[in-house]
Amino acid sequence: MTEWLERHIPKMVLAPSFAAVLVFVYGFIAWTAWVSLTRSRLLPKYEIDGLIQYERLFNAPRWDTAMSNLFVFGTLFILISMVLGLMLAILLDQKIRTEGVLRTIYLYPMALSLIVTGTAWKWIMNPGLGLEAMVRGWGFESFTFDWVINPDKAIYAVVIAGVWQASGFVMALFLAGLRGVDGEIIKAAQVDGIPAWRIYTAIIIPSMAPIFLSAFIVLAHLAIKSFDLVIALTGGGPGYATDLPATYMYTMAFSRGDIGQAASSAMVMMGVVFAIIVPYLYSELRAKHD
Amino acid sequence: MKYTAFAAVSAVALACAAPAVAGPEAEVLHWWTSGGEAKSAAVLQQEFADNGGTWTDMPVAGGGGDAAMTALRARVLSGNAPTAVQLKGPAIQEWYEEGVLADISSVAEAEGWGDVLPGSIAEHMKCEGKWCAAPVNVHRVDWIWANAALLEANGIEMPQTWEDFNAAADKLMAAGITPLAHGGQAWQDATVFEAVALGFLGPEDFRKAFVELDMDTLKSEKMTAVFDQMRKMRGYVDANFPGRDWNLATSMVMNGEAAFQIMGDWAKGEFLAAGKEPGKDFLCASVPGDGFLYNVDSFAMFEVDGEDKQAGQDLLAKLIVGPKFQEVFNLNKGSIPARVDVKLDAFDTCAHLSAKDMGESADNGSLLPSYAHGMALRGAQAGAITDVVTAHFNSEMSSAEAVQMLADAVANSL
Amino acid sequence: MTDVTLAPAAAANSRNWSHFALRWTLFTLLGLFALFYLMPLFVMITTSLKSLEEIRTGSLIAFPREVTFDAWRTAWSEACTGIQCEGLRPYFWNSVVIAVPAVAISTMLGAANGYVIAQWRFRGANLVFSLMLFGCFIPFQVVLLPMARMLGLMGLAGSIPGLIFVHVTYGIGFTTLFFRNFYVTIPQDLVKAAKVDGAGFFRIFWSIFLPLSLPIIVVTVIWQFTQIWNDFLFGVSFSQAGTQPVTVALNNIVNSTTGVKEYNVDMAAAIIAALPTLLVYAVAGKYFIRGLTAGSVKG
Repeated sequence: MTEWLERHIPKMVLAPSFAAVLVFVYGFIAWTAWVSLTRSRLLPKYEIDGLIQYERLFNAPRWDTAMSNLFVFGTLFILISMVLGLMLAILLDQKIRTEGVLRTIYLYPMALSLIVTGTAWKWIMNPGLGLEAMVRGWGFESFTFDWVINPDKAIYAVVIAGVWQASGFVMALFLAGLRGVDGEIIKAAQVDGIPAWRIYTAIIIPSMAPIFLSAFIVLAHLAIKSFDLVIALTGGGPGYATDLPATYMYTMAFSRGDIGQAASSAMVMMGVVFAIIVPYLYSELRAKHD
Repeated sequence: MKYTAFAAVSAVALACAAPAVAGPEAEVLHWWTSGGEAKSAAVLQQEFADNGGTWTDMPVAGGGGDAAMTALRARVLSGNAPTAVQLKGPAIQEWYEEGVLADISSVAEAEGWGDVLPGSIAEHMKCEGKWCAAPVNVHRVDWIWANAALLEANGIEMPQTWEDFNAAADKLMAAGITPLAHGGQAWQDATVFEAVALGFLGPEDFRKAFVELDMDTLKSEKMTAVFDQMRKMRGYVDANFPGRDWNLATSMVMNGEAAFQIMGDWAKGEFLAAGKEPGKDFLCASVPGDGFLYNVDSFAMFEVDGEDKQAGQDLLAKLIVGPKFQEVFNLNKGSIPARVDVKLDAFDTCAHLSAKDMGESADNGSLLPSYAHGMALRGAQAGAITDVVTAHFNSEMSSAEAVQMLADAVANSL
Repeated sequence: MTDVTLAPAAAANSRNWSHFALRWTLFTLLGLFALFYLMPLFVMITTSLKSLEEIRTGSLIAFPREVTFDAWRTAWSEACTGIQCEGLRPYFWNSVVIAVPAVAISTMLGAANGYVIAQWRFRGANLVFSLMLFGCFIPFQVVLLPMARMLGLMGLAGSIPGLIFVHVTYGIGFTTLFFRNFYVTIPQDLVKAAKVDGAGFFRIFWSIFLPLSLPIIVVTVIWQFTQIWNDFLFGVSFSQAGTQPVTVALNNIVNSTTGVKEYNVDMAAAIIAALPTLLVYAVAGKYFIRGLTAGSVKG
C-alpha cells in the first residue's frame, strides 16, 4: 500500500493542475473551434455553418496587416528583449554595489499598467511633443524620430515600448539562473586561467538552457497576447497599421459583436503558436532528456 | 474581507433604513466615469434614492463602452445580468433578439414618451414595437468648432459650404496656421468622414449609404467625392496627428495652434472646463450641409428575477426620461435633452442651436443617426466601414480604390 | 556561483588600469540603460505634479513650473470612478484579496508540479508538461465567454473566489514552467541519494528543494503578482459591483471617452495603483542573493 502510494504520489500531485488545464484550456479551445464554424454575432450560437468565418477572415485586408505585424513585432520583440535581458543580467552580476536600485529600475516597467505608460510613451515618441522636439530644441535640427506617426514604422515604435516593458523581467529570470549556476565548476575554470568571457560563453550560458526556454515562452506569450500595449500606444493606428491578431480578435468579439469571426481569428492564432512552439518545445525537451 | 463585506452591507442597510425593508433596486452598468459625467449620473442616483431606491454602481469605462460591453457579455453568460445597462443604437435591438431585454412599455406609455421624444429617436428605443430602452440625451456629432480670435485675425467667417471651408483652410495654411485640429484615431477619422459625407451626399443618400447599406450609393460618384474631400482634409491636418487624443486636438484650437476641429459636442465640455466662452472665445456651428447627426445615450433593462429589481427598472426608466434629470444631466454633459419639452433657459448658445436644428431636421427628415458613434449600423458593418476610412486617411490610397474597398468590406461584413 | 566578473581581479598594476576602465564602461552602460528605463516614469511623475492648467498650455514633457500634489490626493481619494468619487482607495482592498491568495496558491502548485516533472519523471511527463506550456498561449480574450458560463454554473459569478480561481487556473502553466526549468538544473543524484537515506517524496521537497528555490520563488512571485495585480480583462469581466479590482477603477479614471481628461490625475493614479507591485519588486529583489545555491548543490 505505502509502496503503491509512494509510486503514485507524484502523479496525484500533478493531477489537479493537469485536469484544470485540460478543461479550461483545451476544452475552451475546442469550444472556440466549434464557435468559429458558426455565425455567432453578439453571443455564441451553436449551429454549424461551415467555413464562412475563415473565408471572411482571409478576405479582410486588416487581418493580413495584423498577421504580418505579428511576425515583425514578435521576432524583434523576442530577440531584443532576450539579448538585452541577458546582457543586463550579466552586467548586474559583476558585484555592483548599486545592484538593488538598478535592478528595481530595470524591473519597474512591468509593474505599471500599460493603460497609462502607453500615454507616456505616446508623448515621448510623438515628434511634436517628445524626444524629437527636445533634441531639436538642443540645436540638432535634423534629428528625426517619428516612427510612431509613420504607418510604415509605427510597429517598431511598439517594439520599443514592448522591450522597455518586458526586458526587465527577462533580466530577472537570467539573474536567478546565473545565481543557480554551480560555483564549483566556475572556480575550477578560473583556476585553469580561462578568461571571464569564455567562462560565460562556454560554461555559464549553456548551463542556463532551461532559463532560455522560460524566457522564450514568456516573451512569445507576451508577443502573441500584446493587446494593452498596442491599444494604449497607437490604438492600432495610424489607420490600422499596428493592429495585431490579439487586438483584431478583441475588436471583433467585443466592439463589433462578431464572435464567430473572432473565434476564427483565435484559431488561426493558436495555429501559429502551435507551429512555432511545438518544434521548439520538442527540440528543447529532447535535448534535455535523452 | 469578511469584515469589509459586512461593513458594506451594514452601510447599505443604514442608507436604506428609511424606506423600511426593501424597495426598488438596481445594479447599473455604465461608462460615465469622468468628473462631469459621473456628477451628472449621481443626480440620477440621488433621485432614485429619493424615491426609495437602492442604486448599486457598476462603472466600466473605456473604448466608448467597449470594455463595458465585454463585461456585459460575461455577466449575461454567467447568468448574472446587471439590472440596467447603458446601451445605444442598434445594439439595443441586437440584445433584444438574444432574448435578454425586458419590456418597459408600461412605464413608457404611462409617461407618454411617444409624445415628448422626436420620432426617429423614439424608434431607437423600441424593439419589435415594444419600448425596450430609455434615452438620456442627444449629442450632436456634426459640429465644427473654431478659435474665434484666429478666424477674426485672418478675416474668416464660419464656413457655410465645403468650398468655403477649403478656401478658409488654404488661407490659414498660407498664414502658417494648422487649419484642422485632428486626432488620428479610427473613431475620430470616422467622425470627420461622416461629417464630410453628410455634406457631400446629402441627408437622403447618407441614409441610404450608412443606414441601409445600399451598394449603389456606397459605390456612387458622390462617395468618390467624399473620399476626395477626405484627402484634402488630410492635407489640412498637422504632421503629428496620429494617435492624438481628441481633447488634445481641442486644446490646439483653444491655444490658437489650429483653427477648426470637427467633433461632437462633448468637445464643448473641454472648452468650458478651460474657462472659454462660447461665441466669444470659441465658435460652434454645424458642419456645412443639411442634416443633424445624433448620438443618443440610453439605458436598456435586462431580464432579471425579483420584484425589487423589476420595480427598480420601472422607477429608473421613469426617472431617466423625466424632465428634471434630462435638464441637469445635459447641462453637465454638453448635450441636449432627448425630450423636446424641457426648458432650455439654462443652456448655452451652442445647445440652443443644437435644439433648434434638431427640431427642424426632425420635421424635414434629415435627423440622422451617427454611424461613427454606433447609432446607425451594427458593430460589424460600422467597423468594416471605419477600417476603410482610416486606412484611406492614413495612406496614399486613391478615392476610387477606397470606394471599391468600402463596398468589399461592407459585403464581407454581412 | 562565486567570483566571475568580466574584469577578473588583477594582480599586476598594469592590469589595474584596464580593470578601472572596464568598471567605468560597465557603470556607464548600466546608467544609460537606467535612463532609458526611467524616461516614461519621468514623464509620468512630472505630469502628475502639474496643474491641469499647466498641462493644457505648456509642454507635456517638461519639469513642472509649479509643483502641486493635488492630483495625487485626487487620485487616491477623490477621483470619480463612477458615481462614487472616492478615488482608488476603496478598490485597493479587493485587489489585495484577489492577488495574495491567487499568487500563493499558484506558486505552491507550480513548485509542486515543477518538482514532479523535473525530478520524478514518469512516462508521459514531457507530454503533460508540453500540454501545460502550450496552455500558456491561449489568448485570454478567447476564454472570457466560456469561463463566464463556467463560473455561472459553479456559482462563482461575480465573486472574489471566482476571480482567484480564474487567476490560479491560468497561472499554473507559467509557475510550473518556472519551477520545472529551475529544478531541472539540479542534479538527479540528489533525489536518489535522499531516497537511499529513506526520505520520501514530500520530505525531499521540503527539506532539499524548497530551501534551494528562493531565487525562482522570487521570480515566480514577481511574475504572478504583476500579472494578477495588473489584470484588467478578467477583473472587469468576472467582477460585479463591490468586487471590482483596482485596475478597473484605474481604467475608469483614465479611460473616459467624452469627458474632460485630467492627465495629472491619470498619471498619479497609475503610479499609486502600481505601488504594491513596486514594493514587491523592491522587497523580493533583495533575495536574488549571489551564490545562494553555491556550495549546497554538490550532488
